[in-house]
Amino acid sequence: MATFTLPKNSTIGQGQVFKAEPGAKDVRAFKIYRWDPDTGDNPRTDTYELDLAQTGPMVLDALIKIKNEVDSTLTFRRSCREGICGSCAMNIDGLNTLACLKPIEDVKGDVRISPLPHMPVMKDLVPDLSQIYAQYRSIEPWLKADTPAPPDEERRQSKEERAKLDGMWECILCFCCSTSCPSYWWNGDRYLGPAVLLAAYRWIADSRDEYTGERLDNLEDPFRLYRCHTIMNCTRACPKGLNPAEAIGKIKTLMVERQG
Amino acid sequence: MSYPPDPRQAAFAGRRSDGTPVQRPLSPHLQAYDMLQMTSAVSIMCRITGVAWSVGVLLLVWWLAALATGPAAFAQVQWFMSSFIGLLVLFGLTAAAWFHTLAGLRHLAWDAGHGFALPTVMKTGQWVMVATGVFTVLTWVVALVVWR
Repeated sequence: MATFTLPKNSTIGQGQVFKAEPGAKDVRAFKIYRWDPDTGDNPRTDTYELDLAQTGPMVLDALIKIKNEVDSTLTFRRSCREGICGSCAMNIDGLNTLACLKPIEDVKGDVRISPLPHMPVMKDLVPDLSQIYAQYRSIEPWLKADTPAPPDEERRQSKEERAKLDGMWECILCFCCSTSCPSYWWNGDRYLGPAVLLAAYRWIADSRDEYTGERLDNLEDPFRLYRCHTIMNCTRACPKGLNPAEAIGKIKTLMVERQG
Repeated sequence: MSYPPDPRQAAFAGRRSDGTPVQRPLSPHLQAYDMLQMTSAVSIMCRITGVAWSVGVLLLVWWLAALATGPAAFAQVQWFMSSFIGLLVLFGLTAAAWFHTLAGLRHLAWDAGHGFALPTVMKTGQWVMVATGVFTVLTWVVALVVWR
């Protein structure tokens, strides 16, 4: 069900302000969502002022600088710092993206940072992704074929067949898209969301997979697939430049085509 | 009407460091997201104008019912429709009808598998907004000329 306001325990209060060191030249405020399970308090917004002259170019650089030098309790996920692991997905300046790929200078004014939207928060910027991982599992994201692979050889594809997977295999499962989708916010218990549907289409489009019919059967559902209303927030959000909305559109087309 | 329990509730059960249970908060969504970006803005406007247009059709029903009732009732409706508020409502409905129609054409193109590229989405979204303004004004220019 759509609930437009935050529950009572989730409303966000004012937090602390960490001033920049005196003498800082290029000061920018980072307003960051904080929630600590060990206090009984509601989430709050802490403000950290950094000297951009002393900070790396990306938002992730700023977060790491804050954790190292200002406030070691700040909690966030990060690993590769080059847009390939998908760990540092969060909401920056109102849009979901990877902190490591978002230049600070692209943000006008204060840099507002909160966790991926409409998710249970484990701590600070770390959301619980177990539900979305379970949904990913439900589309069986692996090759399913009854025909045994040729002996001493891989299953072959033509260049054209392989090209159909471009724009889908690149997905790093950061879930910027799914958590940007209002439909997924309101119906994420039953709607699979853009990231999982893109993954579903990746296997439907694979020439080596022999379970296309069963995969489509699994998606033929008013919620799992058809809660997509082509809002296009997903495509707008994807930090890898992929197009989940188009993949969902292609699944819908296949659904119509197979009815003859 | 009752709904099945939301399985996402389970993910809100957290633990503190000492093992005691704690209810996790829901991260901000509408509160944090830029809903005025082209994609979600046109989408929600398409819904709002669809509802407005459907409700607005009641005015047409009122007008037809009054027409069937008699000259006095009809004059009353005509009086309301040509008052400032009436004209404002009719103008708004014209804009809503145009927006919903044009955004609907965009949806038809998507359903046929066209126009998913992000630059195209931005362009067609802009086109819907500009064309709504132009067509609404045009409709009223034509209506007022014919009226006179």
